[in-house]
Order: sequence, then C-alpha cells, then structure tokens
Amino acid sequence: MTEIRMKVNGSVESLDVEPWVSLLDALRERLGLTGPKKGCDQGACGACTVLADGVRINACLALAVQYDGREITTIEGVTHPLQEAFVRNDGLQCGYCTPGQLCSAIGMLAEYEAGMPSAVTGSHGLDDAEIRERMSGNLCRCGAYNGIVDAIKEVSG
Amino acid sequence: MSIKYAETEPRTGTTEKYVGQAIDRVDGPAKTTGEARYAAEYPYPGLAYAALVHATIPHGRITGIDTAEALAVRGVIDVLTHQNTRPMKPAPKVSFLDLSTLVAGTSVNYLATDEVLWNGQPVAVVVAETPETARYAASLVRPSYEELPAAVDLAAEQGNAVPQKGNLISEAEATKGDAPAALAAAPYKVDLTFTTPPHNHNAIEPHATTAVWDGDRLTVHEATQNITWTRKHLAQRFEVPERNVRVLSPYVGGGFGGKGSVWAGTLLAVLAARATGRPVRLALTREGVYHTVGGRTGSIQRVALGAGADGKLTAVLHTTVSRTGRSGGNGEPITAGTRHLYAAPNIHLRQSTVRLDLLANTFMRAPGESIGTFALESAVDELAWELGLDPVELRLLNEPDRDPVGGQRLAHRRLREAYALGAERFGWRERDPRAGAMRDGRWLVGMGVATAYHPSLRMPANVTIRLNADGTAVVRCGLQEMGMGTATVLGQMAADELGVPLASVRVEYGDSDLPVAPGAGGSTQTASAAAGVQDAAAKLKRTLLGLVRRSPGSPLRGRKPDEVEARDGGLYAGAAGQTYAEILAAAGRDHVEVESKAGMLGFMARTLRERRRWVRAATGAQFCEVRVDPDTMEVRVSRWLGVFDVGTVINARTAASQLRGGIVMGIGMALSEQTLIDHRNGRIMNASLAEYHVPVHADIPRIDVHCLNEPDSGMPLGLRGVGEVSITGAAAAVANAVRHATGKRVLDLPITLDKLL
Repeated sequence: MTEIRMKVNGSVESLDVEPWVSLLDALRERLGLTGPKKGCDQGACGACTVLADGVRINACLALAVQYDGREITTIEGVTHPLQEAFVRNDGLQCGYCTPGQLCSAIGMLAEYEAGMPSAVTGSHGLDDAEIRERMSGNLCRCGAYNGIVDAIKEVSG
Repeated sequence: MSIKYAETEPRTGTTEKYVGQAIDRVDGPAKTTGEARYAAEYPYPGLAYAALVHATIPHGRITGIDTAEALAVRGVIDVLTHQNTRPMKPAPKVSFLDLSTLVAGTSVNYLATDEVLWNGQPVAVVVAETPETARYAASLVRPSYEELPAAVDLAAEQGNAVPQKGNLISEAEATKGDAPAALAAAPYKVDLTFTTPPHNHNAIEPHATTAVWDGDRLTVHEATQNITWTRKHLAQRFEVPERNVRVLSPYVGGGFGGKGSVWAGTLLAVLAARATGRPVRLALTREGVYHTVGGRTGSIQRVALGAGADGKLTAVLHTTVSRTGRSGGNGEPITAGTRHLYAAPNIHLRQSTVRLDLLANTFMRAPGESIGTFALESAVDELAWELGLDPVELRLLNEPDRDPVGGQRLAHRRLREAYALGAERFGWRERDPRAGAMRDGRWLVGMGVATAYHPSLRMPANVTIRLNADGTAVVRCGLQEMGMGTATVLGQMAADELGVPLASVRVEYGDSDLPVAPGAGGSTQTASAAAGVQDAAAKLKRTLLGLVRRSPGSPLRGRKPDEVEARDGGLYAGAAGQTYAEILAAAGRDHVEVESKAGMLGFMARTLRERRRWVRAATGAQFCEVRVDPDTMEVRVSRWLGVFDVGTVINARTAASQLRGGIVMGIGMALSEQTLIDHRNGRIMNASLAEYHVPVHADIPRIDVHCLNEPDSGMPLGLRGVGEVSITGAAAAVANAVRHATGKRVLDLPITLDKLL
C-alpha cells in the first residue's frame, strides 16, 4: 500500500492504495466520486476524463500513485457554463459519456487557448471541424455529437 | 427515481400546451453535474466485487476448474463454479401467455452446468474485496475443457438455414404472384446478394449490477431496459416471490436493445450475493459485454427486383439468412420493410436462420429493419441506375396505395411528402445524375437517398396520478429512461392532460415498485405511456367531479366529464370552475390518487384486430452526401437530412436528438462497425472500443432532421415512436451516395476503403 495525497475538487484527500489501482478506480471506488465513468477501462472511450492540474486525462489509464500531490477535478468539482449549454443544446442523452465530454471540453478549450494545434488547425478558428477533431477521444453512442459541438461553440464564442 | 423541474425556472403560461415544445430534458442537470448515479455506483457497507471467468472454447464440456491459485490471493472471498454453487432455477420456457419469459438472454443455467455453448460463456465468478483483486484472481482460474465440434461461420453454414417462424406481430415470409417468373421476364432487373456483419450495441455504460439480499428480499441496481420483466425473471430464477424483488434503474447509460434482456452478469451478481452473503457489484468489462451480451446477427440477403421500362416494379424478391445461437436468440424481421414499401404484383419474401455455436443474438436498434433496409434500399438504388431513373422518382413511382402483400390500408403514410420536402431542402435537383461527376476540389462528391421504415406499436402501460392539495401532481409509471427523453415527455404529457404547469408535475420511473409499464423496446414507450396518462387523467377528472357533488357551492356540480376542461391548474366548464386546490380543500382531502390499468389480453386482441385492417409505421426519407478521397477512397459523410413521418412530435428537442442518434449509428453501420469473429474458435477478435469502431465526433457532420409533425389519428396523442426508424435506410443512403460518387456498389458492410480501391 502507498499513501498518497491529492487535492480532489478542492479538498485534500489522503488515500492508501495499492500501486496498481487506477486513478479512475481510486476516485470511483475509494472516494465515492462516481462522476467519472468507466466505459472501457482502456483509454478508448473518454468517459473517465478528468482534469489533472487543469489538463484533461483519461483517469482509467492513470495510476493513482502517479498523481500523488496533484490536483484533480472531476465533474463533481466543475462549475462551468458548458454544463447548462449541454442541457440547452441537448448535448446528451443517456448521460454516461457526459461528465467525460464536459471535462474533456473544458480541457480542450484551455489547450486551444494555449495555442496547441490539432490535425485540422487552420485559419478558421474554433469551428465545427476543429471542435470535432479535438473532441474525438470522447465517444457518445447515443449520437449527441451535434448538440455537444453546439454547446461548446456557444460557450467558446 | 423521482424527478421534476425546479420551481424557480421560468415557465410559459399554463394554457399553452407543453406537448410539441422543445423543452430541456428534465434529467439534464443531474447528468451534467455528476449527480446521476448508474447501476454500478451505489455504495453498500461490506460491498464485494465480482469478476467473470470466460470460456475459451466455442463448444464443449468443462472437465475441471483449478481455482486454488485464485483462492490463494489475499482478498478473494470465493470462487464460484458449477462444482460448488447452489444452482438457480433454469430459465422458464418461452410462452406468449407470459411475455416476461422472453427476457432470458440465453437458455444457459450459469454455474449449474458443465456445458459450454459459446466462446466467452462465463464458467466461474470470483468475488473479492476490491475490483482489482477480483479481476486479477479471475485471470488465475484455470478451467480445462473437452472440446466438441463447433460451427461459427455464417457464410459457411448458410446451407443449413431453416425457414424462420413468424410471430404475432411479424411474419417471416410472403408469396404473392410468381416472383421468380416475373423477375425472369422483366426487361430491367437487379439481382444482388448483400452481406452485413454482426454488430454490438456498445452502450458507453457497460452492463452492471449491484445486488443486495436481505433475507429473501432482493434489491438490484441494474442497467436494464426492462425493469418489470427483470424483476419477474429474477424472482423465478431465485425462487422468491416477485414482490420481494425490487429492480432499480433510474439512469441507464445507453441500451439500444442490449439491455433489453437478462444476461449472465445480472444473474451471476445476484447468485454471488446469495452465495457469499455480501452485497455484490458486478460491472462487466467492455470485453465482458461482448462475451456475455448478445449482439446483432450478421446476415446474407438476396434482393432481386424486376421492373418494366416505365420503372414500375414487376417482381420483388428478398430472402435472408441470419443466425441464432445454440443458447438462444431469435430470427429478425429483416424483410419487414420490403413487405410494406413497394407496390408490385409479384412478391416473394423468406427469412431463414441457422443456429451457430455463438452467443445468442439479440435485438439491436431496429432489429431486422436496419439491415434489411440496407439491402432493399441499395437494390432499389441500383435498379434506378439500370433504368436511368432518378432514385427518388423510382421510389415515388412504386409507392403503394395499400399494403403490397396483405392489402391492408396504410395508416397515415406520408412518404411522398417526406421525399418532396427532403429533395427540396437537400438540394437534390442540383445533383448531377452521372456517377463520379460531382467534385469539391479533389474530393469526389456523391448524394444518395433511402427510405426509412419501422412499424409503430404500443404496449399496455399502467399509470397512477396523485393530485395533491397544493395542486401539484405525481405521475408514476415504471418506464425506463436511457436518454430517449422518457421522463421529460412523461411530464409534458401529464402537465397537458392535467392542465398544470410542468413545474407542478413530478414524474417517477425506473423502479419496479411503480405501476407496470413496458420495457424500452420496439419504439413503444412514449405511445404506451401517452395512452396511460390520458386514461389516468380522465379518471382523475371523473373522481374530482364525484367529489364536487358534495360541495354545494361548486360551479362544477352536476357537470359531465366531457363538459369540463382541465386547464389553469383546475377543472373548468367555460369560464366557471375551480382549481384543483379548491376542489380538494372543499372535499377535505389532502390528495386524490387514481390508477389507469391496462389489461394485456384485451390489449393484444385489439392490437391483432387492428393489424388485420391497418399497416402502421414510422417512415422517412434519408438524404446523405459523401465526399470520397480519390486516392485513398476514404469516405466521409459531409451532409445529412432525414425527413420523418413520426406523427405528433412530443418534444421537438429530444425527438430530434433520438432521430440523429439513429442516423449516427447508421453511419457507423455503413462505414466502420463490425464484430469480427475468429472462424477457428468462435472468439470475438475486436471486443473493445479501440477495435470496434463506433462513430466519433470527427465522423459526424451536421445532421438535419425534420419531422412532418402531423398526428396519426390511430395513435395516442397522434404519436409514433422515434427510437428506431432513423437507423433504417441510413446505411443504404451512405452506400447509395458512395455509388454515386465512385460508380462502385458495395454489397458488403461496412464500406471500408479496401472495398472501393
């Protein structure tokens, strides 16, 4: 067991975890933060996306012990205009990918602001294609993609 | 689950109807804040975690299971196998007198048999103190097997297919005239064989169960589309009274048919909880979902069409082979669209199935119609090329006045309007009819159309309405909400029927203790609930008019129900009336509760009677534009319009989202989705979201959907279900656009670039 301390959604949490426990399982099973979802447990769906020091990561691909001393934000700690924009634009159906989409979008907007390029970055600004490209790590099987893009555009515009 | 809109939200006046409006989904705030809890997210003291061990052979017997190494892992509570576990009762035999018998995903009595019927069947369950321990220990369980011969390749086994049997709501074959002779004589014809691969639902929430026994009472937090039948099935399998079982499923992270049956994970979680005396959570791995939850069958389909020079069809043939599993599964209505879509004097339809040593197949969004319309609508398009006719025109030329096979009347069919409007909006006339003639820079551009078709049904749903003295109401109905908007539309419909603000209505759903309602399947939920809500609201009105008889001053005294309107938070006859609060206060009641109960047998009789006279379906015209890279032949969908006739639209926002969702899944079916089976051993080779490619953001353009929004007078509130129709025709629209862009007809889904090079 390894003792780690993380600041999670603003409060400091101490945890005794085995070194093989993923950040996602630590959040969900040890801290009771079930906002980050487990859709694949292998980094393919993005439902587990959280922010680590403001950067979006797949919590299922991270070991909890790697994040000792770091600041983690899950959907439970998010207060952002995107949340209402998702509802207004119906950027969700079943809701299972939604926390990941939201955290991913927040991280993505920060990346964009910081000048990080994507495969389609050109002279068009943060248009539909740019948002889609940057959000493609977050699957939505209900197919709410149009609404998600609209919500992100509304908030970023 | 109980949910309502916040009181503080501004709402429109109560005289305005909520039905038809684009209202935000009521569970949106819970889902965007992380507050919504799914089946694997309920904490219990002493909770243990289960993990499955899957068979690695397709057919055979377990000769031994070595569990010693797994049991030695610290934190392992038990390893359950067929050698040490008190068996469940076997699944009941399927009977149409008790429809809940249909809910068993497979016939296997897990951990009560040494038989292995598919590669991936669970053969042991590890229960441990942590999820990591359970998974690790599961990897240490060593079963040994005696292998038996297995048939797992649909193409190789198609010669062994047997004709499918029809059922109460779907026929499996039809013969009218002499289709083979008419085809032979036809001056214009196509005769094509299509193949579609198996598909998996891939709801982003993997199936999960949290099972808690308290004596002989069982509580199950479950990811299910069918709380009522799940409860009954669990009661039967674990030999406890149905009233002792409670299934809770307020949030379901997508289903698409995959959560419509009771699969191994649910049963084994409950079994493990009984065996260990602990609350048990079993959250399937993504791979575990592929191995224990059935998917859509693959298919081999012949579609042959004959036509005269005028474009009128003279022969329609559609024969199909799909598969079931040795452990169960069903044939699908693959030719259903063909039966109802085109007028022709000679028609031959036949569906066959072959039983393979694979996991039972199951329903996946528009089972049958989704893959059947791919073949039919591709063939119709190809016939248009043969004839040199516009594919929209060819379809309209053959639009029937009555059902082509049965001769019934077509209830409220508006395909002509859908095509006319769609062609106008999509710019269909700007399409150059020649193949490969349209370009956008270096990209080849193609435009394709296809018809969408899905039958409209409803089921009985019980609803209770409780009206409180403060004028608020609680609507209870055991429906499931997986993101379709069920909870939202239930509130809208109830608010209208009662004439109260939406914020005054609380809806309760997703709990088997609530009044019985149908599972989420067949696009039936909303229509079913609408009838129940209307009936309960009418009962409430009669009950209240009974109460006012004893109120001397009431302006409603002596009024008959049809003279009274529910509006403005009360009942009114013209300008005279009382609010609900006034009626209840005068009667000295703090609440009134009424229940609408729908009987199954009478309902079935009415449904069958109606089916003899009418054919009723949601339909639509799908317009797709693709861009194809001329060097790599990569296909990108660039524009989409779907025009649908789904009767009254209850919520313009959630209905549009559901229709878009079906199109997105249809685009996946067209271009990327396939479950790959290793024909040597029946194992699924791509049991992951990294290798089974569902559409991502970058694959999906702006999707325009338009609903004609005319009520169907034969359905409650005039509505038809919207859950499935939009996946039908979608893959064909893509294939037809690709044909237009490249001149190549792809008969085998998905349309990957190797098939175009």
